[in-house]
Amino acid sequence: MLTRPVPLKRLAASGLALAAGLTLAACGGSTSSNPLSPSASKGSVVIGSANFPENELLAEIYAIALQAKGVKVTDKFNIGAREVYYPEIAKGAITIIPEYNGALLTTSVDTSSTAATTSEVDAALTAKLPSALEILTPSAAQDKDSVTVTQAFATAHHLTSIAQLKPLAKTMTIGGPPEFKTRTDGLIGLAKNYGLHFKAFVPLDESGPITLAALKDGKVQAADVFTTTPQIITDKLVALADPKFNFAAQNVVPLVYKKGVNSLIVNTLNAISAKLTTAGLLAMDKSVILDHASYSTVATAWLKSEGLPH
Amino acid sequence: MTFLRFAWAWLTSGQQWHGSDSIPLRVAQHLGYSGLSLLIAALIALPLGVAIGHSGRGAFLIVSLANIWRAIPTLGLLIMMVVYLGFSPLTWLIPLVALAIPPILVNAYEGVLGVDPDLTDAGRGMGMTGWQVLRRVEIPVAMPLIILGLRTGAIFVVATATIAAEIGTGGLGRFIIDGLASNQYDQVAGGAALVVALALLVQFAFVGVRRLAVPAGLRQAGRS
Repeated sequence: MLTRPVPLKRLAASGLALAAGLTLAACGGSTSSNPLSPSASKGSVVIGSANFPENELLAEIYAIALQAKGVKVTDKFNIGAREVYYPEIAKGAITIIPEYNGALLTTSVDTSSTAATTSEVDAALTAKLPSALEILTPSAAQDKDSVTVTQAFATAHHLTSIAQLKPLAKTMTIGGPPEFKTRTDGLIGLAKNYGLHFKAFVPLDESGPITLAALKDGKVQAADVFTTTPQIITDKLVALADPKFNFAAQNVVPLVYKKGVNSLIVNTLNAISAKLTTAGLLAMDKSVILDHASYSTVATAWLKSEGLPH
Repeated sequence: MTFLRFAWAWLTSGQQWHGSDSIPLRVAQHLGYSGLSLLIAALIALPLGVAIGHSGRGAFLIVSLANIWRAIPTLGLLIMMVVYLGFSPLTWLIPLVALAIPPILVNAYEGVLGVDPDLTDAGRGMGMTGWQVLRRVEIPVAMPLIILGLRTGAIFVVATATIAAEIGTGGLGRFIIDGLASNQYDQVAGGAALVVALALLVQFAFVGVRRLAVPAGLRQAGRS
């Protein structure tokens, strides 16, 4: 509360400072039509990624597209665990990271969540993420667990969906990571949602070489394989459809630190998500993981073919 | 001491001792994998080591190979075997046998090579043939080192046979791997404690083997 009138000089000085400040702020934001502003910076972001090829590929796609739009990009790829990079993005040291909505929800936001469909998971995330963070529009591409069989097995038994395994399950051996036996979306969920009771369970690895060898060898007739595992193409495997969402949705979605992004960045990322499909991601994973193409080559090629900035 | 507390809690819980995933079953499987791997490794490495030590030929090459061989990561070899051989017993046998061969080979070679030349001389002087020198002089004198090699190989194998569980088979590795995967750390601690206990048992067993196999006259001549 003022106890004596503010001198005019001081008022004028503050007013000038305020005006200067506002002008500068306008310059620092997105493309401005102010003829007096210098070439406006389109923003500056730090893009992080986890340390597996698919995630690094996605981060590379974001990076190339944003750079093409004039955004300054610094990359912090190959961060080991969510326990490490999640606090980083929560405090703004990272601005953008490619995430999977289901895993993000159950590991870092709400461990007791039972949301399963894409819309349920997204709603739970939107409600429970800390206020500094948000998810953008998720893509249709999902990298999730599945019950996968060989092409030969699928053809022989006319299989397209997990539900069709019901009469066969008691003659089948299923494989997966050791925790699949007791995980709620593992054997327990398959029994609950689809009435499947398998003859035997063989503990293998997380959709890695041991699991793929077991399917190929016939040691197991079905296995938990991630839906973007490149060997799905080369080993001719079929990931059965999961209409009851036993495995929670895992849509690829950019997780962003709100204060670090502007509408240009958000629109560019949403445009990428709109074009990303599971099949497209699977094909790119194959190029990167099996054909050893470089991340930037594959990312640029995909962006180009989808008419996105590159 | 949290590890010991976890291990004790798990080991003393009754359910661990019955059923299809029980401790006795897993210990038996573990001993089976270890025993078979050690046997095959000994069948390969003992004759080879003794022959090289006796004749002195090919020593440098074979022993260098054996030492380089030790650098091969057993787990990596296991995964490679899965990709190329699928799921047969050979898949875990080959890596474990490969692990046990170097200590058995090198110790047998050193043991026979290090036999006092006066002794072999004396043997030949008494009219022994090469074979007899080997059988009645060199091998008995080399026995402490040969047994040390077998003991070392056995400990390596018992400690590492846990990896067989990676490819869906049994053994004590099952507790460690499954426990880690489902965040049941008491199971991990219990499994690890059992492996340690088994390795110690193997150590003691070999003390007995040594007592039986090393001639009385040599035992006084100092430990090796």
